[in-house]
Amino acid sequence: MADPVVVAEGLHKSFGGVRALRGLDLSVPRGTVCGVLGPNGAGKTTAVRILATLADPDAGLARVAGYDVVREADEVRARIGLAGQYAAVDEKLTGRGNLRMFGRLSHLSRRAAHRRADELLERFGLRDAADRRVAGYSGGMRRRLDLVTSLILRPEVLFLDEPTTGLDPRGRGEIWDAVRELVADGTTVLLTTQYLEEADRLADDIAVVDRGKVIATGTPDGLKAAIGDRLDVVLEDPAALRPAAAVLHALAGNAPAATGAGRLSVALPAGGPRLAGVVRELDRAGVAAADVSLRRPTLDEVFLRLTGREEPVR
Amino acid sequence: MTAPTARACHRLRWTVADGLTLVGRELGRVRREPGELVAALVFPAVMVVLFGYVFGSAIGVPGGGDYREFLMPGLFSMVTFAAVTGVMVRVAADASRGVMDRFRSLPMSRAAVPFGHAGADLLTGLPALGIMAGAGLLAGWQPHRGALPAAGAFLLIVVLRYALSWVGVYVGLVVRNDQAADQLVPLFLPLTMLSNAFVPTGGMPAWLRFLADWNPVSALTAATRELFGNPGVPSGEVAWPLAHPVAAVLLWSAALPAVFVPLSVRTYRRRGR
Repeated sequence: MADPVVVAEGLHKSFGGVRALRGLDLSVPRGTVCGVLGPNGAGKTTAVRILATLADPDAGLARVAGYDVVREADEVRARIGLAGQYAAVDEKLTGRGNLRMFGRLSHLSRRAAHRRADELLERFGLRDAADRRVAGYSGGMRRRLDLVTSLILRPEVLFLDEPTTGLDPRGRGEIWDAVRELVADGTTVLLTTQYLEEADRLADDIAVVDRGKVIATGTPDGLKAAIGDRLDVVLEDPAALRPAAAVLHALAGNAPAATGAGRLSVALPAGGPRLAGVVRELDRAGVAAADVSLRRPTLDEVFLRLTGREEPVR
Repeated sequence: MTAPTARACHRLRWTVADGLTLVGRELGRVRREPGELVAALVFPAVMVVLFGYVFGSAIGVPGGGDYREFLMPGLFSMVTFAAVTGVMVRVAADASRGVMDRFRSLPMSRAAVPFGHAGADLLTGLPALGIMAGAGLLAGWQPHRGALPAAGAFLLIVVLRYALSWVGVYVGLVVRNDQAADQLVPLFLPLTMLSNAFVPTGGMPAWLRFLADWNPVSALTAATRELFGNPGVPSGEVAWPLAHPVAAVLLWSAALPAVFVPLSVRTYRRRGR
């Protein structure tokens, strides 16, 4: 992997008795988008806070843009942008006022700070709202301003901690568009999310995090391929769920998941049984199937599979 | 200049510059919310009327003298101590909203944020003090010992206010939650009342009197009464801070920052939440 710009090795972090990170490793090549995917409490935010110099790890190493996040924090800070789950802007100031203030605090000259503010407002569609107080912004606009604020210094690396959590679909789309634009500029983005669709759409590589560790990495397609295809079965009689599940379990070697009334879904191992064989086996067991289909798994299923949280039929 | 000195100068320059930017932020906020400013400025005038004419109608000053003359130094102390809660609430709001995290993620001076908050408080604090003095003059209060001691009294008020705002910075950083900070505000009220600001301490039970005499509110009130030449300067045997009120205020003004500046800066810098 050429030139990783974010590297984490064996990060550990505990809060009181809670172990948020237990040996997290991460490597993000320059100019790519890395999606850190995981449920609430997986340690995503803690990882970002350490990489963005807001928290120190208990153990482990992290380098961002070539600098150690603990010992060379100021060098790191000069090269990163951070946008969080909550919009970290001053609600009592206008959008323009915020950008100017943070520009000055980033040690731009007054003139440069003003010019940069105008540029960013224009480019990210906030010009019309620029002179209104942020308190009156919609959730999407607020988040966009937060994102834009993290771009003042043209960061090499941008950390986005669940940038769309709590936004409506429109707001989410606005943030996605903004991120795509940044990536086109060559910014490296590390994005945490609990939305699989978001990682699928934006990320070049995904790191799946669970309980403070990376449990899988790969491209969205690669992750989907690695766990094999999915077999969906719709039963004519929902009551036949149990015998059907037994048949599928025996065929696939995996416990199938109930995905609805009379619906089963199971991951097939690579080179596993073919469709015809599945139909025959179900027939032999006396289970009538209304529909049997084979498809690529969704990222949701990948995630549930990897974390072992798939709900088996009992 | 040697390299470390140059670096230290550079750092100091940015601490001041960043601190001033944050003071400017307060100005920007006030401009966007003139209502808040008006409320902050009307409040001192209301206090003069309320305490001066409502309480003043029933409270006598020992040793004679006009109650409103006695009252004004107490009211000055009261608005001065409001700096603690005002700063505390603003710092806690920053800390709870993530704005503080953005500050921390910038390559800016670690000391600038606490300094900026303490400095910003003076922006609203000084006009409020001016309005209160104006209202006091209208109500019949006046300094009797001339311009210089009066200026000295106001200077003491400002210096102690700045020192006190650091207590607010620290508590706000520790509380880190604006709602919790709001709930703490009423707890500071007894602190101002438990003093010589509104009534002389002479009539209080001994244990309460001890607390009131050593309360910095009392020291400031006694010092300004002395410098303004207002009634209520206690006679006879009194606690040390009331016998030497100016020295006591200066001591408080030095001691509070000596404790709370390092504590605040350390708390702000501490990472690892």
